[in-house]
Amino acid sequence: MTLSTATKRPRKGAPSQGPPADYGAWFLVLPALIPILVLSVGPLLYGIALSFTDAQSGRTAATQWVGLLNFQDLAHDTLFWDSFRIGLLWAVGVTVPQFLLALGLALLLNQDLRFRWLARALAIIPWAMPEVVVGIMWRLVYHPDAGVLNETLADLGLGGGRDWLTGTATALLAVIVVGIWAGMPQTTVALLAGLQNTPRELHEAAAMDGAGAWRRFRTVTWPAIKPVALAISALNFIWNFNSFALVYVLTQGGPGGRTRLPMLFAYEEAFRYGQFGYAAAMGCVMVAVISVILAFYLVGRLRGGDTS
Amino acid sequence: MRTSRPVRAAQYLALLAYLVFLAFPFVWLISTAFKPAAELGSLHPTWIPENPTLENFRQAFDEQPLLQATANSLIVALSAALVAVVIATPMAYVMARHRNRLAKAATGWVVISQAFPFVLIIIPLFLILKNFHLINSLAGLIMVYVVWALPFALWMLVGYVRAVPPELEEAAAVDGAGRLRILVSVTAPLLAPGIVATAMFAFITAWNEFFFALVLLKTPEKQTLPVILNRFIGTEGVADLGPLAAAAFLATIPSLVIFALIQKRITGGMLAGAVKH
Repeated sequence: MTLSTATKRPRKGAPSQGPPADYGAWFLVLPALIPILVLSVGPLLYGIALSFTDAQSGRTAATQWVGLLNFQDLAHDTLFWDSFRIGLLWAVGVTVPQFLLALGLALLLNQDLRFRWLARALAIIPWAMPEVVVGIMWRLVYHPDAGVLNETLADLGLGGGRDWLTGTATALLAVIVVGIWAGMPQTTVALLAGLQNTPRELHEAAAMDGAGAWRRFRTVTWPAIKPVALAISALNFIWNFNSFALVYVLTQGGPGGRTRLPMLFAYEEAFRYGQFGYAAAMGCVMVAVISVILAFYLVGRLRGGDTS
Repeated sequence: MRTSRPVRAAQYLALLAYLVFLAFPFVWLISTAFKPAAELGSLHPTWIPENPTLENFRQAFDEQPLLQATANSLIVALSAALVAVVIATPMAYVMARHRNRLAKAATGWVVISQAFPFVLIIIPLFLILKNFHLINSLAGLIMVYVVWALPFALWMLVGYVRAVPPELEEAAAVDGAGRLRILVSVTAPLLAPGIVATAMFAFITAWNEFFFALVLLKTPEKQTLPVILNRFIGTEGVADLGPLAAAAFLATIPSLVIFALIQKRITGGMLAGAVKH
């Protein structure tokens, strides 16, 4: 009970500056703060440090600082840049259609339609599934012989026998479709939440003034959901660029590296070939490039918002 | 506002298209899980198994250590969820009620931790855990999952704490209750539903996780369900698709059930965390 006497009572009216962190606050924070420091912040800094070393798995000689050597090697590693390009293609190819599809679904779910509850329940399913199961499920759909996709195409007279996940022309597209499917719920839920915050009166007033559906969307709905839309699409882009399990299960990066996302590349480098330092350097490059792209995206979008 | 008939019809059509797109892979998974080997090998697979069977489930348990994997997954997910909530709730309270540098730094970490590729975390974690002989150990994986679940847990809990009016705590303070007393008997009961939802979400996150488990667990008797499921894949002939689908279907059920229970709270929590005061 020393805690209760040693600490201040809550003050009236939330102070804008706030009281300095008192001992009670520290006592409440430490149980979470220590694991965060030891298992998240620490490893992150350690990981960045590793990228400047020649750390390898199972080596007896001491690890040496090698300066920027890993990054110089990386700059000439065409396989890595191929993988990086595929990663960007995948991230954009998933994030953009996913956003548009989710926006459409959210707008529909925001209407007074029957069976809306069913759609909501179904829309959530991909979110709850383990990524490995999503991968297995779509392998069954894409399966050249026993899969439902080829069978349906054959029924429609569009030919068949395509090997979606192992064909060099179709593999990336096939995994992108799975990526879109798997991320629909988060995006839809976030956008729906944004839509439900849109002032209804404003909508009705605009309709009364004779504004058409598209104009109402542009002038009332979009400004209201824009912050949510920006946040979720930025997050989706990051998550997609860093994703691993889905594609690992679907194709293992094949055929011939056509779907080898940067994370798969780095994983193999680290845990198949044991090149810890080099793989850590890849991670650093991924973070750096993503940060730059996102900074441009967010600054551009926010500025666009000021002028319109 | 009234909507014209053709527009309504188009809306229902679009909704139907979404439903088909979202549901058909899952329906196909279930269908495959109940098909006998002969039907799986047939040239024209059907949506509904003609002779549904449970044989695939039996075979799945015979071929892979699914029971052990389920037990491992349960231990890991339950422990991680419990620990994550126990340590996240007090921190979320401080983040919601105090506007100091600590709270800001914690919020910053929650956001930044979303952006880092796991590869940058997993290599150091692997080396650290190896030092403590926690590779191929469920305890090591639990620790990783706790920290991994924290950002979203904090995000949700901060929202729930903000929904508890500070006036209630102030009133209790005026009545002479100490701070710990206030937390335990005023704030905690109001937070309970949110805490339960957060724990369930942390459970699902851990239950579904694949990457860390793949790297940190080496032997089949330690591996969790997703890793064991992944061992099924790759070399399968058409006849093995049935057991694969059956095992995948079983592994999904806990997540689906829990998600159905907390669906409303999750969506509410995402929103609550995002609302600024």
